[in-house]
Amino acid sequence: MSSIRSKALTLAASMAVALLACGAATAAEEDNSPPRLRWSFAGPFGHYDEGQLQRGFKIYREVCGNCHGLKLLSFRYLAEPGGPGFTPAQVAAIAAQYKITDGPNDQGEMFERPGRPADRFPSPFANDQAARNANGGLLPPDMSVLAKARTFERGFPWFVFDVFTQYQEQGVDYMAALLKGYEDTPKGFAMPEGAHYNKYFPGHALGMPPPLTAGQVDYTDGTPADLQHYSQDIAAFLMWAAEPKLEARKRIGFQVMIFLIVFAGLMYFTKKKVWSAVAGHA
Amino acid sequence: MSGHSTYQPQSAFMKWLEARLPIWSLVHSSFIAYPTPRNLNYWWTFGGILTVMLAIQIVTGIVLAMHYTPHVDYAFNSVETIMRDVNYGWLLRYVHAAGASMFFLAAYIHMFRGLYYGSYKAPREVLWILGVIILLLMIATGFMGYVLPWGQMSFWAATVITNLFSAIPVVGDSVVSWLWGGYSVGNPTLNRFYSLHYLLPFVILGVVVLHIWALHVVGQNNPTGIDPKSDRETVPFTPYATIKDGFMMVCFFILFAWFVFYLPNYLGHADNYIPANPAVTPTHIVPEWYYLPFYAILRAIPSKLLGVVMLGAAIVILAFVPWLDTSRVRSATYRPLYRQFFWIFVVVCIGLGWLGSKPAEGNYVLYARVLTAWYFIHFLIILPLLGLLERPKPLPASITESVLGKGGAPVASGAAAPERRG
Repeated sequence: MSSIRSKALTLAASMAVALLACGAATAAEEDNSPPRLRWSFAGPFGHYDEGQLQRGFKIYREVCGNCHGLKLLSFRYLAEPGGPGFTPAQVAAIAAQYKITDGPNDQGEMFERPGRPADRFPSPFANDQAARNANGGLLPPDMSVLAKARTFERGFPWFVFDVFTQYQEQGVDYMAALLKGYEDTPKGFAMPEGAHYNKYFPGHALGMPPPLTAGQVDYTDGTPADLQHYSQDIAAFLMWAAEPKLEARKRIGFQVMIFLIVFAGLMYFTKKKVWSAVAGHA
Repeated sequence: MSGHSTYQPQSAFMKWLEARLPIWSLVHSSFIAYPTPRNLNYWWTFGGILTVMLAIQIVTGIVLAMHYTPHVDYAFNSVETIMRDVNYGWLLRYVHAAGASMFFLAAYIHMFRGLYYGSYKAPREVLWILGVIILLLMIATGFMGYVLPWGQMSFWAATVITNLFSAIPVVGDSVVSWLWGGYSVGNPTLNRFYSLHYLLPFVILGVVVLHIWALHVVGQNNPTGIDPKSDRETVPFTPYATIKDGFMMVCFFILFAWFVFYLPNYLGHADNYIPANPAVTPTHIVPEWYYLPFYAILRAIPSKLLGVVMLGAAIVILAFVPWLDTSRVRSATYRPLYRQFFWIFVVVCIGLGWLGSKPAEGNYVLYARVLTAWYFIHFLIILPLLGLLERPKPLPASITESVLGKGGAPVASGAAAPERRG
């Protein structure tokens, strides 16, 4: 019996080793994992930094919004709790700066009017074809859920540890790294026409030119206006854009976990009490 | 169902109702007085957990359905509207998505329990087969549900899986365009998947009722695999099994809540937050984790038709386990050789799952073929042979003996629930 057991264990162990070695071999081709950054919204008690979200929003408005849409967001989200923390009056002013196509009017024509808080962010291009036409055939993706649409392979055993560390910031780590990841094209690399070498972009040939340079966007709160801060601020803003309910989710999650843990304790002791009537059981 | 209706209506109203629709005595005999083996361990709590998970999925699903639009131009955005504008929509969506994963996790544990303790053996064959039917319905439901958000993975998973039917000789292509409602996955496909995704959980509910009925006719198995010999070896379902099930349910919900509130997108795929684009294929098309072992088996076979056949066989073969396993001993507790192979099988399933997440290239293909072969060898060769060749450990004479040991203290009348008579 024990020889069968040890044979089985040896078999299982050798399979595991083989699988691991196999996994490691393919990952060793390139390790482009973005560095893990510190985010205020990471972890069980994470919350957004209002100042960071407002700076990120400024970057979006002045830089990114020229090509990328945010069409699933309404202006009024900017005033909701757990967000950048603008006041309703500020949101109305922001919305009014945008021109929204509305209609048809009674004459049957579409017309433009200033935005209202209930409106969604208008996209910079009328449709995908117009966007491609203005960008050399490439389509700048809408960024409403972009922070959740990007990730990178963690590999074994990291993806197991991630369950315990609650690592859900792959998207923003990737995006911040990408924005800082432009490099000179290495010798011998076949760069397609019009593309730019980026260390973190899969395949390294990124259509988007480096969008941010130091000092480009004016920070009025004293934060250094360098690429490091720009990339993290815009990534944090995009995380909020993708997950506006993050703070409520984690707050309610904490309350639920406490409740369930206490409830489990009560259930456990009740179970023991009930079963104490049965001989042979605790 | 097991004929233990000891309920006597007391109030005038209950007497009136019982004479017309004896629903309360049914509930009483099935879930209150129902005799349960006293030695069940925590692996037996997953049936109750699964029932609750089905209820949670149905309730969250129905509310989500009030806000979802099943049209290719609106589906993705309607899900985002749920996440942003519907009160607690984000909670409903994450509970429903993580709930599907938890549902499958509980189902697999529940099935492995059955395989370990021989719960599929006579007279529980029909119970087991009903379970396999539930699994098939769950797989179909989960697949169609994943298509509904109409992300990149939704669309391409639908394309890959529906294309499998083209492997059917002669009529394959016609079957596929009939399923699609067109010449590719499109709006008709999404619409009908929505309809069926709403329907199938209620079919599952019906089969679950049959499953519980079949269980109550023959009674529960228990860790020894030996039938209870007297009333002293059973306890009434309420309060004993109820409280044990309830405790384990709360523990399960802690795990569930961990994913819903802190890791809501961990079990999903980032590509599904990209709206479906028929012109762009994702780098790696992968299903959700609970389908990965079957996906690995499908890709391991070089032939398209045979791959599809083996994919189906991998699930359907479960229905034959009561006859493939020739052992006259039920529980692996007394089958030391089978126990080793059981755990190897568990590792094989996990290995297949991991391989299903990898691209079908290089060494991964070889490993997937080896593990696929083992998967079928386990059912077709090992199970039949083990029953004939294995020397099981001596069985205890009864449950009582296994619990208290031979010649142990006399059994206190634990079966007498604190029920007042009269």
